[in-house]
Amino acid sequence: MIAEAGLAALWFAGALAALQLVMAAIGIARDRDDVAAAVRPVAIVQGLLALLAMALLIELFLESDMSVKLVVENSHSAKPWLYKFAGAWGNHEGSMLLWVTILGLAGGAVAIFERSLPERTLTATLGAQATIALGFYAFLLFSSNPFARLNPAAADGLGLNPLLQDPGLAFHPPTLYTGYVGLSVAFSFAVGALVTRDVGPAFAKAMRPWVLIAWIFLTLGITAGSYWAYYELGWGGWWFWDPVENASLMPWLAATALLHSVTVLATRDGLRAWTIMLAVVAFSMSMIGTFLVRSGILTSVHAFAVDPERGAFILALLAIYIGGALALFAARIGTVRAGTTFDPVSREGALVANNLLLSVILGIVLIGTLYPIVAASFGVQLSVGPPFFNKAAGPIALLLVAVMAVGPLLRWRRDDAKAVLGRVMVPIGATLVAAIALLFVWPGVLPWAGLSLAAGLAVASVAPLWKRNLKRTPLFTYGMVIAHLGIAVSLAGMASDSAFTQETLVAVRTGEPARVGPYTVTLDGIAPVIGENWSALEARLTATRGSSERILRPQLRFFANPPTSTNESAILTVLDGQLYTVLGQPDGQGRWQLRLWWKPFVTLIWFGGVLIALGGMLSLLGRVRRERRATMRTQWA
Amino acid sequence: MSPAFAQPVTPPARYANVQLADPAKEASARALMETLRCLVCQGQSIADSDADMAADMRALVRERIERGEKPASIRDWLIARYGDYVTYDPPLSGLTWPLWLAPILLLGVGGWIARSSFRRRTR
Repeated sequence: MIAEAGLAALWFAGALAALQLVMAAIGIARDRDDVAAAVRPVAIVQGLLALLAMALLIELFLESDMSVKLVVENSHSAKPWLYKFAGAWGNHEGSMLLWVTILGLAGGAVAIFERSLPERTLTATLGAQATIALGFYAFLLFSSNPFARLNPAAADGLGLNPLLQDPGLAFHPPTLYTGYVGLSVAFSFAVGALVTRDVGPAFAKAMRPWVLIAWIFLTLGITAGSYWAYYELGWGGWWFWDPVENASLMPWLAATALLHSVTVLATRDGLRAWTIMLAVVAFSMSMIGTFLVRSGILTSVHAFAVDPERGAFILALLAIYIGGALALFAARIGTVRAGTTFDPVSREGALVANNLLLSVILGIVLIGTLYPIVAASFGVQLSVGPPFFNKAAGPIALLLVAVMAVGPLLRWRRDDAKAVLGRVMVPIGATLVAAIALLFVWPGVLPWAGLSLAAGLAVASVAPLWKRNLKRTPLFTYGMVIAHLGIAVSLAGMASDSAFTQETLVAVRTGEPARVGPYTVTLDGIAPVIGENWSALEARLTATRGSSERILRPQLRFFANPPTSTNESAILTVLDGQLYTVLGQPDGQGRWQLRLWWKPFVTLIWFGGVLIALGGMLSLLGRVRRERRATMRTQWA
Repeated sequence: MSPAFAQPVTPPARYANVQLADPAKEASARALMETLRCLVCQGQSIADSDADMAADMRALVRERIERGEKPASIRDWLIARYGDYVTYDPPLSGLTWPLWLAPILLLGVGGWIARSSFRRRTR
């Protein structure tokens, strides 16, 4: 009964989305305020129904109902509790249901909390939101039904891909999807503003929290995904320029650009058309990301089911939404007045440079990701990977870092070039000192430039706080400072890892020491271990550095359902870096293969990522508080 | 990932999982391996794959570097044998020039759009 109730909830939610769209259209086209007023409650109920469907699917996974096809194909009764729970979205149908659930809840949240936007624009926004949701409900109901029964029921399930049996799975998809969905809300606001010809600061202020939320979650999702790849894949790499990684990076790049241009629109009423365009691009990137990952066009742990019909469905949705938005943009953009003006040397000028460089990087990643797919459709097999992306995007990213260091030190509207030079003296000094010091340990061109610029950016990013009353500095200024500092920290970690990592590959007998970086690693022995649904061979390694001695236990793990083996790395984290150890195969003569890496300051990469997200949260909190105070003031006046 | 308990029938070649003694040679071998695609994997380079074929290719790269062959000539040999698919660093050709030209083109067009908008704004 639970499966049928879930399917019914999904149908009702889809019907309400259709109703929401029709009512919003009537409300706006016929100027019927009474109809428009009902759009808010419909959006809320639609979100709750989607949530109910998701909850029922989770319940089916938790009780291992083997009469449901999805549970049989992706779960197993002997799986740990957490992976039954998270397994509900560790598959194609479930993850699309999660997508539409978050989308519905976000629409409900807009309906409940948005009070500052003109009612007509809000109605149009919720109408746009319903249009997006409708496509996904149709996709679920007609080609990806998560509640389909299996008759006769199976004795037990086929299990979950062991690579996905990791606590990260519980949080990774909801995190990224919240990011994607946040961008869809921003897109809906942009469509709403275009429909009612209401592009201005009020619209920008209403949209900004959603862009920030999307950006925070995308940042966290990418950071966590990168750390997952780092420790789970067992080769010490943290970014592979894999199409699936790019699918999450592209929306982030667009969201970062949008975040900065929407600030110009909200504070200075500039960059109107460009901000609308970016909102369309950002949502397009999240749709392209979903398409690349879900269509099965790429093979990866993310491509659960290869089914051309589903790929075609998502591609059709993509074409309708993006094409429709671009057509609306083309039709209405002429009516959007140019915003206020500014000089090239100004805060706005730096933000335009930021947007330009981010867009170029986005373009490079998009072209590099799609090129092999397009080439393959012409029968040509080629690969585009790290060498291309590093060469093409690396220098532009470093240029962007330089702009990021200077930008916040510029005044709005116009600034004096000489005065600016005085303000950036100290950061430039820090960059030069680092650059000269690094010449003695020459780490290679890109890491050298990266580390030097990271030093300059770190100094420059805290500069906006100099000589200011720290108590009266708004929270969102702290947000910017911490986010920019986070970029410097992360960049330093990336450059340090690629410049100073030391690798040791050895085959050792018990008691035989191996050296890597400052550590001596000795294999004490190998012992079998049994887990909840796996067995493993576990090495006991003693790592000595000076007088300190630490034990590490990397595993070679075997799963029975489905039959696979994985390397579970063991990582020792210390202040100045990580010791990364992996157990490989035996050579049959008593020796075991070990892969050892010493990675100085590699943790800064993810620490920086968390700082960036924290900066976003402070900014969000600061903006929301200020908006609320402003609303209260106008109500009192 | 490999099937459970799978043991290679023949032990992997000598240099599959052993570094070259000369750090400079190992560094150039490593740099080359990172740009070569493991042909049987899901988007991994041969430098970070458990697959047997990746191990054999690592051994091949290290042996040839050891013998003093230049990385570029090893890469060309592999491309001649397996096609452009094997390298993550697509060689410039009639098919790939749009890819390599894209960054400069994007920067140019973007810069032009931004500049013209400034000029209009500053009058």
